[in-house]
Amino acid sequence: MSRWPGTICASAALFLSLLAGCAHRPPPLYYWGSYQVQVYDYFKGEKDPQAGIQALEADRERARSRGSALPPGFQAHLAVLYGKTGRLELMAENLAAEKRQFPESSVFMDFLLRKFQPPIADEAPQ
Amino acid sequence: MRCPASFERLAALLILIWLGGCAHPAYDYSSFKESRPASILVLPPLNSSPDVAATYSLLSEATFPLAESGYYVLPVALVDETFRQNGLDSPADIHQLPVEKLRQIFGADAALYIEVKEYGTRYVVVASDTRVTAAARLVDLRSGKTLWAGAATASSNENNNSSGLGLAGLLIKAIVEQVVSNLADKAHAVAGVTANRLLAAGRPNGILYGPRSPLYLKDGSPTP
Repeated sequence: MSRWPGTICASAALFLSLLAGCAHRPPPLYYWGSYQVQVYDYFKGEKDPQAGIQALEADRERARSRGSALPPGFQAHLAVLYGKTGRLELMAENLAAEKRQFPESSVFMDFLLRKFQPPIADEAPQ
Repeated sequence: MRCPASFERLAALLILIWLGGCAHPAYDYSSFKESRPASILVLPPLNSSPDVAATYSLLSEATFPLAESGYYVLPVALVDETFRQNGLDSPADIHQLPVEKLRQIFGADAALYIEVKEYGTRYVVVASDTRVTAAARLVDLRSGKTLWAGAATASSNENNNSSGLGLAGLLIKAIVEQVVSNLADKAHAVAGVTANRLLAAGRPNGILYGPRSPLYLKDGSPTP
């Protein structure tokens, strides 16, 4: 090793730093949990929506405790699952949450909210 | 203590190899940079492989690379459900819809048209190869212009020790799906790597970073 003078070490260090530069990735933007797994299960139609709801709600809790953001589509997917189990108010709530987090979703979320207006929205005493 | 010339030559060679590896013929990003979409509607992929599972396997893996690249990705299951409720359950029909209609319903800036070309396991003498290959085209829903197109492949037989990209892809995969329990679904796991190679920004000739990424507007230059 002592036979390697400074130029070699400098070259090696430069090479390694270049490699590191190539492989550099910023930290994740979102806490993903099982979101994509839940989406795949949903498409396969093999799992009860209630199981998906439980998994995603647990992910939401973990994201909250870490102070991480939920990924695009997460809360909207949760809304679909609540819709499948007939809980329309929770469905609307999650669609609205998706829209709040991602204003880019407004057109689609508004389209869905108009379509699935929960019938009890006006009756609920506040 | 004179440095052996061969070491210096080796170091120079390694640097040249590195530079060569990073320098690709530059993709023409002029339409992409003009459009700068913020949201992407991923349409159910066309499937020209024999396995019917390919469409939804790829579709459920597409959100991660695009969202982590800084885009809003419309909820894929809800989008699919919306097509179905309007009598559209074939990707071929969905891919024919006019862009104005897609823009009107979903409000996305761009749509991603994916085609799965290979999906599944082939048995060759003693070994098996699970391979997923897909191509994608990003189209601006406001102008109808194609902003970007690319293709990627991944295989269960890749030597991850010699392929940095494969390792990176598999690491991402491991982070996303810590909870994979069904190892039998090998093609789906490979599809995740294909999706990341195809759709993550920051790759040679890949899509550019979107507005929610800290790297937005910092890429796509011919010489970074």
